[in-house]
Amino acid sequence: MSETLEYVASAARPDAPPAILLDKVNKWFGAMHVLRDVSLNVAVGERVVVCGPSGSGKSTTIRCINRLETHQEGRIVVDGIELSDDIRALDAIRREVGMVFQSFNLFPHLTILENCTLAPIWVRRMPKREAEELAMEYLTRVRIPEQAKKYPGQLSGGQQQRVAIARALCMKPKIMLFDEPTSALDPEMIKEVLDTMVGLAETGMTMICVTHEMGFARQVADRVVFMDRGEIVEMGTPAQVFENPQTDRLKLFLSQILRGH
Amino acid sequence: MSQTTIDPRLMRAPPKRKLRLSWADERIRGVVWQVLVVGIVGTIVWWLWSNTVHNLEVRKIATGFGFLTREAGLPVAESVIEYSPTDTYLRALTVGLLNTLKVAVVGIVLSTILGTVIGIARLSRNWLVAKLSAIYVEVIRDLPLLLQLLFWYTILQSLPGPRQAMQPVPGVFLSNRGLKLPWLDWQDAHSLALLALLLGAVVTWFYRRQALAKRILDGQPRRIWPVALGAMGALPVLVWAALGAPWTADWPELRGFNFRGGVTVSPEFFALLLGLVLYTAGFIAEIVRAGILAVPQGQWEAAQALGLHPGQVLRQIVLPQALRVIIPPMTSQYLNITKNSSLAVAIGYQDIVSIANTTLNQTGQAIEGIAIIMLVYLTISLSISLFMNWYNARIALVER
Repeated sequence: MSETLEYVASAARPDAPPAILLDKVNKWFGAMHVLRDVSLNVAVGERVVVCGPSGSGKSTTIRCINRLETHQEGRIVVDGIELSDDIRALDAIRREVGMVFQSFNLFPHLTILENCTLAPIWVRRMPKREAEELAMEYLTRVRIPEQAKKYPGQLSGGQQQRVAIARALCMKPKIMLFDEPTSALDPEMIKEVLDTMVGLAETGMTMICVTHEMGFARQVADRVVFMDRGEIVEMGTPAQVFENPQTDRLKLFLSQILRGH
Repeated sequence: MSQTTIDPRLMRAPPKRKLRLSWADERIRGVVWQVLVVGIVGTIVWWLWSNTVHNLEVRKIATGFGFLTREAGLPVAESVIEYSPTDTYLRALTVGLLNTLKVAVVGIVLSTILGTVIGIARLSRNWLVAKLSAIYVEVIRDLPLLLQLLFWYTILQSLPGPRQAMQPVPGVFLSNRGLKLPWLDWQDAHSLALLALLLGAVVTWFYRRQALAKRILDGQPRRIWPVALGAMGALPVLVWAALGAPWTADWPELRGFNFRGGVTVSPEFFALLLGLVLYTAGFIAEIVRAGILAVPQGQWEAAQALGLHPGQVLRQIVLPQALRVIIPPMTSQYLNITKNSSLAVAIGYQDIVSIANTTLNQTGQAIEGIAIIMLVYLTISLSISLFMNWYNARIALVER
């Protein structure tokens, strides 16, 4: 991975539009300025890891991408579509962007299979049988096809998070957002989820992951973004960011999470 | 994960517990306590019963329900069915029962609608709407229902008399005699058209079910409104037109001191309904709010992130989870409306309690009168409970 990845699209399609473009995005919660001029280009097929202390705006940034939060200033363009108040644009973006949450957010009243087929049937208008075949394919890929008829409450945290990944993939998204996917998991379950994400990265999926898993970042990230107090402080390859931090804020952050590991 | 062979150690039956005749054995204690409680309750019931029978004998009061077939001679102001004072007590009580059912059923429907609207409004992001709903709930819940009923009744009583009646729309009169509305000269054509509408509703319901089932199978959405319009709009109109399209109406007219013709919503019924609906809606609003809040925000977010529209999120994700929190306390509120309707006595609406009271005053059959009231409320309440439990079981969620 070289620096050339930093601002241009993938080498194979240098003039392809970026998968995600954030241009001077600002957001306030009440009077609190939580995102300050956040600008980020993510190329098609690129894997970006966002890290930073809690309250730094990492989650808010990626939640703005599928408009779970609305930004108040700046531009966000996803897959060539600009996010605006236009509901059709929002629908189109949400169909192309999958999201995995820290707390899984599986639907407790639906079986694992139904969790996965719900959106393909109601949003993609896919016949049920086709949706179920697709769901089984992805459940197999995250290695839990045998749980299909169970309910989320019967599964372990790691299994639930893998179902959540399969559920998002069933919409065949072009982009996947991960919001601290392993933070709510016991240590022995973190690996199974990270392995699934590594497998996904190998398929060439465009991914933005908010995570503190340094090993994962080193293994799959094309770029690591460090955020603090609502702004992007440093950005570069994992080697640049982790081995050669430029700012005191990043040095402090790295020393803190390294002590924790 | 399916295992075909089972470890024989897992097949061992649990050991039999030996019954020990000792006060320290919890099963012995359980049996002794239960026998004691049943014995005490039985004794109290027997004592009350024998006392009553003895007192009735001493006072030479005849017991039994023979009085029901005697002429009542009691006037009833409003009735769903034909009634005159020369009818029997049984018919008078039936009129009272129907009046109770009328106010209870209309009250349950209206308070559910109003309560749901206010409950959702209190969750609104609009500051004014949310605050107004909150104030409504807090005020209405804190005032006794009886006071509210008297308040509404007093307001309706202080309306002008029939001669000075307010006439908001031609043919509609509002006075201290109630609300007078024009009504159709009811004919068979109307009954049949109404029947056609019901049939149309059933057809639409089945069609909608089919359409949704098919949509899940092949993914293609189907239009439901053309069928709904045809079955529930065109069909009744056709039936009505085929039978000569009668449309003459019965208009209320002032004759002497009161109105003749049309239909009447009496001030007593209106005050009772208004009081019950406004009061109960305050409680239902809180139940609905609690039910929606019981569904975590993450469920909304996950469903929206998958591309579901707000309506789909509500229908597929939020409502199934909210309803199981809402239904059980809602049942209590429906029972409350039904039982609170007995406060009708205070404002002169002749419900079952009012008529049974008059009956027992006139006949002296107090025990039978009270028994009838209790039987009526028990039957209505149990019916509501059974229906709601059935509905609750139908929507119950399996999660494990």
